[in-house]
Amino acid sequence: MFLQNLITKVTEQFSDSILDTTEFRGETVLHIKGECVLEVLEVLKSEGFHFLADLTAVDNLEMGGFERYSVVYHLLNHGNGERLVVKAYVPENNPNLPSVESLWKTADWQEREVYDLFGITFDGHPNLIRIMNPDDFKGHPLRKDYPRIGKGERKDFPIVERNIGTKIGRSES
Amino acid sequence: MTVDTMKQIETEKMVINFGPSHPATHGTLRIILELDGEKVLKATPEIGYLHSGFEKLGEHLDYNQYITITDRMNYLSPLCNNVAYALSAEKLMDIEVPKRAQYIRVLMCELSRIADHLLAVGMQAVDLGAMTVFLYGFRLREDIYDLFEMATGTRLTTSYTRVGGLMRDLPEGFDKAVLQLLPNVVNVVDDIETLLNKNRIWHQRTKGVGVITKEDAISYGISGPQARASGIDWDIREKEPYSRYDDFDFDVIIGLNGDVFDRYLVRMEEIRQSIKICYQTLDKMPEGEVNIDADSGYILPPMDEVYNSIEGLIYHFENIMPNRGMEPPIGEAYVPTESPNGELGFYIVSDGTRTPYRVRTRPPSLINYSIFSKIIEGHMIADVVAILGSLNIIAGELDR
Repeated sequence: MFLQNLITKVTEQFSDSILDTTEFRGETVLHIKGECVLEVLEVLKSEGFHFLADLTAVDNLEMGGFERYSVVYHLLNHGNGERLVVKAYVPENNPNLPSVESLWKTADWQEREVYDLFGITFDGHPNLIRIMNPDDFKGHPLRKDYPRIGKGERKDFPIVERNIGTKIGRSES
Repeated sequence: MTVDTMKQIETEKMVINFGPSHPATHGTLRIILELDGEKVLKATPEIGYLHSGFEKLGEHLDYNQYITITDRMNYLSPLCNNVAYALSAEKLMDIEVPKRAQYIRVLMCELSRIADHLLAVGMQAVDLGAMTVFLYGFRLREDIYDLFEMATGTRLTTSYTRVGGLMRDLPEGFDKAVLQLLPNVVNVVDDIETLLNKNRIWHQRTKGVGVITKEDAISYGISGPQARASGIDWDIREKEPYSRYDDFDFDVIIGLNGDVFDRYLVRMEEIRQSIKICYQTLDKMPEGEVNIDADSGYILPPMDEVYNSIEGLIYHFENIMPNRGMEPPIGEAYVPTESPNGELGFYIVSDGTRTPYRVRTRPPSLINYSIFSKIIEGHMIADVVAILGSLNIIAGELDR
């Protein structure tokens, strides 16, 4: 009941940003546009969903969806134990949305992980660098067009020139 | 030393590298510490040394194959990971496993919790110089692993659950072995508490160190014993019961100060509560099957049927062949579970094929670790290991 009222309220307030509301196996999912995620989550946080349990992303390339990527926020209300999933959609050509680090500090590392593995950038993030992969890594491994078994892995490594025996150390016979 | 002479000493900021293979990190963690003398000015954790692409791998393995990967995440309590993954997959497919299987899962999770907490406290103690605690805990943990070996055939990579049930039922005499072990756990917990609870060195090393306030814990998404030590009354086993945890009677342990000492106390008391739950599962253990009906198409038929009947063989191949297998509905599911480290859940997105479309692990280690650089600031370098031990970071789960 609490959740239904809240969703009705949010849908009225952000009528042109809410794309859809779905329910599957008792989990309510709120589908929204990526650019308004900060405002919507701010309202949800003030209404009781004060705990960001999880932040991740899904690449909808093969599955289909409103846009190519969706960033998924799992919210939890400690007061009544309700959970709500918010999916924010961002387009393929410019995967960018506002950071929620100002609302929850936990978003710091998790947004870095999403950036590292999906290549989605977050506006207003204090330190958006790779977290799992090394800084000089190319590509974003959890994208669906990134192969599981690498193509041309060998050529990514520089060829080591062996100088032993050419200049220093060679004995003059 | 007077104030004047203090001023004359010019100290230079020193940057040292803690890890990645430092004996006190218990895994490949790296922290870049900026020090002023022995005081930590800033700590920058560097993670990813054990990143193995488990989530990418999950998109290419089917639902039962991925259970073997979940073993490798939190390798101190692999059974909790198995159960968490199976619960999410079952929620997706709308399967209700038999009551006996659910009770066995609870029993296994609680035994894992005892083993995990014992090791967490032991590691924390050995880093602070209390070797005996570590040996007591480790000795008992071996006995618990013997029980796992008895039930699952392996000690570490258990892979005990299946979507729709368990790999196999408990063996003969398992309940007796558990009943024999549980009094030992009480003894060891008593011994550890005798050694540490009123130990002045332990107090000085842990009290007021690494305090996580309630607000910080919520903002940083901290869960599990770490959050409860800060006074957050949230135990998923009680508040959002899964796998019939609501049938059992236990107390949620809450600390007040949120420092290293409270996290230690919460862990020790949770072991006692787990013992209580273990006794109750054995008392109430129902008879019956541990797997759902093989006709549902989600579970492999018993080996006996596969070898001795044509129907069994057909069902078996229908399940394991690459172009066949289970057909979950299109949708997504997430089941939060209370692992020894905090909220562990698998967010599974399915596109209707035999492999998940996306498997996300909600890693408690990663999220609990993100507060580290905040709580270490201003502490001594020796407190780094105290706080690391109390957060119980498992590198396999941290990096996945």
